[in-house]
Order: sequence, then structure tokens, then C-alpha cells
Amino acid sequence: MSESHASQYGLAHHFSSMEQQREAGTIGMWIFLLTELMFFGGMFLVYAIFRTTYPSGFEQGSHLLSVPLGGLNTVVLIVSSVTMAMAVYSSQVGDRKKLVGYLGVTLVLGLVFLVVKYFEYREKFEHHLFPAMGFYGPDPEHLAVQYHQPVRVFLWIYFAMTGLHALHMIIGAGMLLVLIWMAHKGRFTTSYNSPVEICGLYWHFVDIVWIFLFPLLYLTGYHLTGH
Amino acid sequence: MSEHTEHHIVSPKIYFAIFGALMVFTAITVAVARLDLAPVWGPLNIIVALTVAVIKATLVILYFMHVRYSSRLTQVIVIAGLFWLVILLVMTMSDYFARRGWPTPLGQV
Repeated sequence: MSESHASQYGLAHHFSSMEQQREAGTIGMWIFLLTELMFFGGMFLVYAIFRTTYPSGFEQGSHLLSVPLGGLNTVVLIVSSVTMAMAVYSSQVGDRKKLVGYLGVTLVLGLVFLVVKYFEYREKFEHHLFPAMGFYGPDPEHLAVQYHQPVRVFLWIYFAMTGLHALHMIIGAGMLLVLIWMAHKGRFTTSYNSPVEICGLYWHFVDIVWIFLFPLLYLTGYHLTGH
Repeated sequence: MSEHTEHHIVSPKIYFAIFGALMVFTAITVAVARLDLAPVWGPLNIIVALTVAVIKATLVILYFMHVRYSSRLTQVIVIAGLFWLVILLVMTMSDYFARRGWPTPLGQV
């Protein structure tokens, strides 16, 4: 405690040690993630209520989604979590080149996820599955599955939850850009790398949300055949 | 309460082992979803899907997010937050399930 820390690189003046600063940062990020957890939690609650209300409507709605594309995105996100974890490791051992590399790969995987999501959304728009133009069908007697009210509820929830998740991915990608720039400038050292670690927590959280969205949205109607 | 040891660095070996486990569980959840388990027991499909998702999330939290190696304070905060989520979900759903006539039959919506 008595050691002079005025010259310690990366230590803010209101912390007494790097260890205390790191701990405060980690806890602060976790508190933020818990508010995010309650935010997404409310949507999962809505999902639970409507799924219990419309079990077969949710299966039919889920059957409209592409399991191969959703599965591909699941794998992409899990791999990106591993590369993010490796980025944190690289910053801890002070390997700047690998740090920039792993952050770059993580960013690319995040963008791949968003591109796949874009194609999924576009296909849904074309088939009038997005809650907007044509969503309520050409006429009330139309028999196409998406015009049934419970299926429309599912689609609303699908777009709300994946849209919110995609927004978090976009924010995460912006965050990675800043990290890559900082890492490239050599701002991180073996004792000062909290920004990488904290952004890593955020990235893994977004991955966890998808780990739940994939089975709940895509796989619920996977056992159905035909329409 | 000084348990401030050296900051733990998780080895890449552990990261890749967890990655393998996550891939295996993803394959399991997709394979099981292909089957209709309703004839065995109504909610079995969703129970399997959620169990696998919870296991995957736990692995990510413990190892990728380093909670297993974090300070007691961080661990308590994480558990308290998850407990709060459980209150949100369980208490609300128990209210719905306790209501007579819910879920409303489709014809009456």
C-alpha cells in the first residue's frame, strides 16, 4: 500500500493499486451486465408467457426460421467467444501482435454473424413475415401459416429479441474497433489490460443470450415436417 | 478478507476444451430438437433444450468470463443477479399458472 504508484502506467489517481482498479472495473461491468440480464430477462418472460399460451403457434412460427442459418450463427458466435477469450489471454501475456490479431478475428466473426442475420431478415421481409407491410395477409381468410395470430405473436417476439441481440452485436463490433485501435497503438501492457477483459465480458454475455435464443426460437419447431 | 492473489491467467488449453464442450452441446441440442419427445412427456423437448442451454451458459460464465477464478465479491454479485432473474421468471409464471382458465383457449382470444 505504501509503494509509490504515481508513475504506474494506466493507474487512475483515485485507485490505490492496479489490483483494486481491475477489481472495481470488473465489478462495474458485471453490475452493468446484470441490468442487461434483467432487460433481456423481461423479453424471455414475455416469450415464456406467450409460448405457454400458444404452444402450437410457436412451433409453427419457429418452423418458418432456418435452422442451418441459425446453427451457423451459433457456431460463429461460439468461435468468436473463443477468439475473444484468446485476445484477453494475449493481452495478459503481453503479446501485442496476437492481441490485435485475435480482436480482428473476433470482429470479423461478429460481422459474419450480422451478415447472416441480414440475409435471414431479408428473406423474412420478402415472405411478409416481418410485422409490417403484408403481415396481416391479403385477406382474413388466407390460410398461410404466418397469418394465424399466434404465429404473428411468435414473429413479433422473434424480431424484437433477435433485433435487440443484433443491436448488441453492432455495439460490440464498435467496441472491438476501438480496442483494436488501442491495442495497435500499444496502449495495453501485462499489468494494464482491463479494457480488453471488460469488453470480453460484454462479448461473452451477448454470446450467452444467443445460446438461449437459438433453441427457443429456431429449434422449437424443428421436429415438425412440412407446414 | 484479503484474498488478493496474483491475477489468474486462464490457459488457452482450458479455452479450447470449453470450446469443444460447447460444440458438442450445440450438436446435442440440434439433434434432440429433431425428435418429437412430446409422446414421451409433453415438456421434455423444452426441458432438454433449456438444460443444454444452461450448461453452455454456465461454462461460458465460469471459464470465458473467468467467474470461477474471480474474487468472492464478483461471484456473489453474479449469483445474486441470476437469483433476481429467477425471481422475475418463476414468480411471474407461477402467477399465470395459478390462474383459472389460463391459458385462454384459442377460440376466445
